[in-house]
Amino acid sequence: MVAETGHFALILALLVALVQAVVPLVGAARDDEAMMAVARPAAILQFLLLGTAFFALMYCYVTSDFSVLNVAENSYSNKPLFYKITGVWGNHPGSMMLWEMILTGYAAAVALFGGKLPRGLRTRALSVQSMVSFSFLLFILLTSNPFLRLSPAPLNGRGLNPLLEDPGLAFHPPILYLGYVGFSMAFSFAIAALIEGKIDAAWAHWIRPWSLAAWCFLTLGITGGSWWAYYTLGWGGWWYWDPTENASFMPWLAGTALLHALTVVEKRGTMKAWTVLLAILTFSLSLLGTFLVRSGVLTSVHSFATDPQRGIYILALLGVVIGGSLTLFALRAPSLKSGALFAPVSREGGLLFGNIFLSAALGTVFLGTLYPLFADALNLGKVSVGPPFFNATFVPIMAPVCIAMPVGALLAWKRGNLRLALKRLLPAFLAALVMAGGIATVMNGHGRFILAAAALALAAWVLVGMLAGLAQQIRLFDAPLKTSLQRTFRLPRAFHGMTLAHIGMACVILGITGSALGRTQHIQIMHIGDTVHVSGFDVTLKKVRDDIKGPGYTFSRGTFDVTSGGKPVAVMQPEKKYFTVPPEATTHAAIRTTLLGDLYVVLDGHDKKGGYITRIYYDPFVVWIFLGGGMFAAGGLLALTDRRRRIGAPRRNESFAQRRNENPAPRRNESFASQQESALKPGAAT
Amino acid sequence: MKRFLPLLVFLALAGIFYWRIVLIDRGDMPNDIPSVMINKPAPVFKLPALFKGEADFTSAALKGHVTLLNFFASWCVDCRIEHPFLTGLKGHGAVLVGVDYEDKNADGEAWLEKHGNPYDRVVTDARGRTAINFGLYGVPETYIIDKQGVIRYKQTGPMTPDVIRKTILPVIARLEK
Repeated sequence: MVAETGHFALILALLVALVQAVVPLVGAARDDEAMMAVARPAAILQFLLLGTAFFALMYCYVTSDFSVLNVAENSYSNKPLFYKITGVWGNHPGSMMLWEMILTGYAAAVALFGGKLPRGLRTRALSVQSMVSFSFLLFILLTSNPFLRLSPAPLNGRGLNPLLEDPGLAFHPPILYLGYVGFSMAFSFAIAALIEGKIDAAWAHWIRPWSLAAWCFLTLGITGGSWWAYYTLGWGGWWYWDPTENASFMPWLAGTALLHALTVVEKRGTMKAWTVLLAILTFSLSLLGTFLVRSGVLTSVHSFATDPQRGIYILALLGVVIGGSLTLFALRAPSLKSGALFAPVSREGGLLFGNIFLSAALGTVFLGTLYPLFADALNLGKVSVGPPFFNATFVPIMAPVCIAMPVGALLAWKRGNLRLALKRLLPAFLAALVMAGGIATVMNGHGRFILAAAALALAAWVLVGMLAGLAQQIRLFDAPLKTSLQRTFRLPRAFHGMTLAHIGMACVILGITGSALGRTQHIQIMHIGDTVHVSGFDVTLKKVRDDIKGPGYTFSRGTFDVTSGGKPVAVMQPEKKYFTVPPEATTHAAIRTTLLGDLYVVLDGHDKKGGYITRIYYDPFVVWIFLGGGMFAAGGLLALTDRRRRIGAPRRNESFAQRRNENPAPRRNESFASQQESALKPGAAT
Repeated sequence: MKRFLPLLVFLALAGIFYWRIVLIDRGDMPNDIPSVMINKPAPVFKLPALFKGEADFTSAALKGHVTLLNFFASWCVDCRIEHPFLTGLKGHGAVLVGVDYEDKNADGEAWLEKHGNPYDRVVTDARGRTAINFGLYGVPETYIIDKQGVIRYKQTGPMTPDVIRKTILPVIARLEK
């Protein structure tokens, strides 16, 4: 009965979606108040219906109703309650339900909190959002209905892939989807603006918080997924350039470019067509990610159940959504006149530079991910593209972005002074030199030490450069310390967020360099009492207990004593689990994390002669990758809480404008911004 | 025309995707990177039997019947997964030969005693030399060899009931004709 309620709610939602997609749009075209008024209640109703359906499915999981096919295939009765709940989205139909619920959730949020948005824009955006929602509901009902019954009902279910029984992964899909799907809002606003034919600073102002929120979630999702891979897959890797990972990374790159481009549209009213295209592309890439993973078109170590039938439908859906929006873009683009001109050396110039390189990076990831398809289509043979391609192309493209990052942040809008900016960056330059020299001396003779020195110099450059930008804003050393402190607190949170996120980049570089170039690994057969020396640690195998019973699995647990210079450091207990339903084995590495590096111990089974296969790694600085990712997201969230929700750029470049008195642009912008603020009080993303 | 560029790129992409899906739908496996050994004669080998007293098995013995050469090992977890399903290959005309790969004879024997022996013949490749000639990635891996001794199909990874039903048995049936 509950399953039928859920099924019925889905069908109702489909009908509401249809109404919401058509009526308000027609109303907006005819300027019909009553028809436009449909949008908001419809959006809220649609979300409530989706919520009903989702909780109905969750109820079936919690009560282990195996007469529902989806539950029987993906759950079993003696699974812990927590994993019964998270199992709802651990499979294709359930994850599509979550996807759709989040999609309607964003629309409902705009309906509820977007009261101050221009009505035409809001109404049209809700209509567009509902078109996407309608397509996905149809997809769910036709090809992935989670409420299908199974008769006769089996006594027990088939279980969940044990790799997915992990608290980290339980929350991974919802967060990732909040990011993926969040870009649908930027997409809908972009399409709405194309329909209206009006894109201006106010438009950029409205869609920025939505894009930023989506970006934060996507950042968290990717970082979390990477961390999960690192601690659970058992060989210390954190990024594989696998199609599934690239599928989430491509919208991230596009979204990052979008955030920066939106700043330019908002401040200077230029780069409009490009920004709209980015908004469309970002969400298109999210859809493409969903498609690539689920259709079987590309293979991946992340095996999703693939089904060509679904593939055909999703392809049709992509055709309508992406093809339709790109057609609209092609028709409307000429009407998007770019406004102000700017000198190449300026904040806009810097942001444009970053945009170009981010897009190029996106292009290489896209090409690498899809190249096997192209090669096969053009009969160039079957190939697979691995990490060496991505490392060789992606890294050199990102390096200029990082070099330009602190420079761009120090330039004024419209026309910047490069010499002054570089003068400000002198400490950063010195820090980079010292870092490079230090690393080269310490690591001299080790393989690839030049690369390590260059990469860490870059990290130092970004870190100190961003801090120099902050110092400039608070007039550190130019004004009394007290004034500087006061100014620190008076600076918009958006500025601190921007600084934090960019410093996150320095941390990520540090982490990647450490783990890619400084890693040591030891793979061996150890007997009880054996000791292995790894990067200054002595790791001794004390004992191993086999065949310990756990819920739904048995496991072996090894106990290792770790000492350094004779002093005890830690006791580490890696595990290997053997699941019965379905029969799979997972490794659970023991990891000792410090800011300087991770000690990573894996127990890989025994050789039947009393020895144990063990793998021990030392990964310098690896944790900084995840900390850096967290700083991206934290910076974004900080900017999101900015009172004016104007993100990414300092409120005014006072120090420049007042002292140099050569750049009137920031002042004009400031007055424009305050005008805008009084006219259109931001109501989004409360 | 510049503004139509994104649309054109997308349309080209959609075309390729459509073509792929049609391929998958037809049952082709466009994602598999084919082994270079497919449609080549099996390498020449001479492998000793696992159980004492049985004769060696040589590549000459491949002629005249379809052979499934299944590389396994007592230390291999995935072999344990496919093992119960190997009996499902019986009665389809093919000879099922197990190759105990990089294993001690005693371990291999004990493993087959514990989990059952579904093979028609069991031989050992203790040093893995023959496996290298076959181009083995890892165990379990299964080569289907036709009556003329030519390798016609390679299964990488465990033969689950699904794989046996959808892939292995149709290939055997085709080669038996």
